Amino acid sequence: MAPANQEEEVRLLGKWPSPFSNRIVLALKLKGVSYKYSEENLANKSDDLLKYNPVYKKVPVLVHNGNPIAESLVILEYIDETWTNNSFLSQDPYERALARFWSKTLDDKILPAIWNACWSDEKGREKAVEEALEALNILENEIKDKKFFGGETIGLVDITANFIGYWVEILQEIAGLELLTIEKFPKVFKWSQEFINHPVIKEGLPPRDELLAFFKASASKK
Amino acid sequence: MGTSDLKLLSTPSSPFALRVKIALNIKGLDYDNIVETMNPKSDLLLQSNPVYKKIPVLIHGDKSISESAIIVEYIDEVWKNNGTPILPSNAYDRAIARFWVAYIDDKWYNSSKNLLVAQNDESKKACFEQVEEVLLRLEDVLNKYSEGKDFFGGENIGFLDICFGSYLSWLRVTEKVIGKKVLDETKTPALVKWAEAFVAHPAVKGNLPETDKLLVFAKSLVQRMVAAATPK
Repeated sequence: MAPANQEEEVRLLGKWPSPFSNRIVLALKLKGVSYKYSEENLANKSDDLLKYNPVYKKVPVLVHNGNPIAESLVILEYIDETWTNNSFLSQDPYERALARFWSKTLDDKILPAIWNACWSDEKGREKAVEEALEALNILENEIKDKKFFGGETIGLVDITANFIGYWVEILQEIAGLELLTIEKFPKVFKWSQEFINHPVIKEGLPPRDELLAFFKASASKK
Repeated sequence: MGTSDLKLLSTPSSPFALRVKIALNIKGLDYDNIVETMNPKSDLLLQSNPVYKKIPVLIHGDKSISESAIIVEYIDEVWKNNGTPILPSNAYDRAIARFWVAYIDDKWYNSSKNLLVAQNDESKKACFEQVEEVLLRLEDVLNKYSEGKDFFGGENIGFLDICFGSYLSWLRVTEKVIGKKVLDETKTPALVKWAEAFVAHPAVKGNLPETDKLLVFAKSLVQRMVAAATPK
């Protein structure tokens, strides 16, 4: 458990189906930090959300002793620097630079490609799927034979890749696509199984049936 | 510490490469500046940044680091005992600095790019308003965090100064292209003063691209972007 050497208040404003919000849940669980969770309805934003993230009005937002932080990657680094047990970032500057690079590449390039493929219409499907497979190939080359992107333990990149580890399987099922499969990307697939079976991560991921129902409902609205 | 093994792959017009140059200057580091033509891309670039194939790339011995903000943090961490610190020492202040750098790379980058390429009056007006909104926010951030000193980082130039300041030459070029002030002392007086201090800073001075050359480059870039966006 993280030491509570002062009256400490940690709040998370989030949305349970969001992988970005879930990253913060996973990080706080890995650190053993207790926190108060508020589920936000983005169609009806709370006063707190507007107060704590006036720039983007989005989740996740971490509030630590009244101080708000927004943007999931920024929050993750803050968490690792503030609670120093179970580090998910190396102390070595080069390893840190690599972890930051891969987290950014996941957010800027890889996640959007896969998301677009899963929600693509007939017209754009072929190209979107091609880009998604290219993106997964980049990850396949990066994970190599490591247990986690972070090495032997869960690191920043693993947390950032929660979408790949858990959400993709559900979204591709709904879309009727085969993107991440053991045949196409054996190393990333193996990683995804290590990830979702990790004792702490397992407890932090939203239930599969609820996530499937949520995205199916979203799909039917399009 | 061997600094003779530092190479920077850059172009003269890139605000992102400029960030790295400024950071290296702050730390008093020598480096080999390798100017990339980008057409074709060099083998060294393709090997050292295979994912994006873009500059800047910092090559330190056998290590390659890409993405300008990440390179700046790397430099600050490796050479933490050189020069002045770039990132703040407090975790929360670091989070705030990183938040605003991510904001400018999204909101400033996109709104100023849109303003530069806007073709009709209506679109120019809408883009200008977006750029203004970003500047007004940054004016507040500067007033809040500078504590009356010259920079976002306070007395020393910091992460947000370097990252936003590196866009200034392109801001000046945009003003020339649209024929209107973007940085306006009647609207954002603190930012105007900050810009003057930034370009005069010893780590920055002499590294900025010449406005005339950049203007020529910008005009041809805009032409290409407009042509690419025009439906055939």
